[in-house]
Amino acid sequence: MSEWAEKVIGIFSNRRDDILRMWLESQQKNGYRGMYERIGERELYRQSNDLFEAMIDAAGQVGFASVRKPEWQAVADLVAEITAQRTRTGFSVMETVTYVFALKTVLIEILRQEQPDDIGCFVAEVVTITHALDEMALIATSAYVKTREEIILRQQQEMLDLSTPVIRVWDGILVLPLIGTLDSSRSQVITETLLQEIVSSNSDIAILDISGVPLVDTLVAQHILKTMAAARLMGAECIISGIRPEIAQTIVHLGVDLSQIKTKATLAGALKWAFDMRQLTVVHNAKR
Amino acid sequence: MIDIVPVAVEEDLVRVRQKVRQWAATYALSTLKTVKMQTAASELARNILVYAGTGTVFFSAIDGPRREFQIIFEDQGPGIADIEQALQDGYTTGSGMGIGLPGTKRLVDHFEIVSAPGQGTRVIIAMRI
Repeated sequence: MSEWAEKVIGIFSNRRDDILRMWLESQQKNGYRGMYERIGERELYRQSNDLFEAMIDAAGQVGFASVRKPEWQAVADLVAEITAQRTRTGFSVMETVTYVFALKTVLIEILRQEQPDDIGCFVAEVVTITHALDEMALIATSAYVKTREEIILRQQQEMLDLSTPVIRVWDGILVLPLIGTLDSSRSQVITETLLQEIVSSNSDIAILDISGVPLVDTLVAQHILKTMAAARLMGAECIISGIRPEIAQTIVHLGVDLSQIKTKATLAGALKWAFDMRQLTVVHNAKR
Repeated sequence: MIDIVPVAVEEDLVRVRQKVRQWAATYALSTLKTVKMQTAASELARNILVYAGTGTVFFSAIDGPRREFQIIFEDQGPGIADIEQALQDGYTTGSGMGIGLPGTKRLVDHFEIVSAPGQGTRVIIAMRI
């Protein structure tokens, strides 16, 4: 490390309190609305303090010029951790990365205040610090993307689980309300859940309600037909309900043959059919 | 105005369908026409995915004798050797039902297909606004 580089780290260590104050102020000033409410002032101070300490520690060992060295790993981890936490709280990528950039501005301002005599060395140090903090900002950005991807993946999984409920509406009668786009992976899950439920509940009638399916193209039709064929093999009779008028016309034009399949316009109609099949009657109690 | 949606993964089909809905809403297409266009687009975009792997979908409105909402599906895939045959109900080289292309043709007001082996495929569909 050059003499200047060490001097700079000395300056930063001495003016630690000023730096933290200015950093927090600039975050408060340039920060986005609600930022403080979401993190809390004490937590923001703690995070900033930890990051600053880790950075001075790493810079003290190998200098700002060696951000890729293992000594800086602790700083990188901290940046990633803070970013991940903020991303989960709902911060935008700009809000998250501005946090790192704000520190850069403060550090350069502190150096300027020290009124360096050697302007050449000053510029060289500014460049090095800028580079180091840009690197941190990059780490923050990729941590942001990574956290977001994790969130999306989790939500996808949740939706897949959510989207395939099988409801026992009556003894031996199941209803599958299908909602959303039926792609291959989802129809696979739907078929499996239905077949399992047919066995475990000992049902022999399954109603597939497609009111919530935006469109039926040939692949979706194929999936539905396969699901029904599998259910039939297990001894369960299937009926499709909730075919909207525009879907019905589209299916006809498309040329998908659903004539072999029992269909009803509404779920109520399908339920009535299912009751008839099981020789059940709904009686209106006039006494009440 | 023109919209371009690249097709490479299954999720892109969702984007294609959403785009059709947006365009249909802009030109106040009826629910039936919207669903027909969405179904046709879904069918053709999946063909790109299944047979060519990747391709591009273009959305535009064109002024002819009558105004039309047009979608073009383009890929650099293996192409279709016999278009006549491909347009027949029940014919497929894949694992589908074999009604995608002829069915799609019946769904829209205008259907055009240009393809040759090794030359890729271009399908144009349009619906009167």
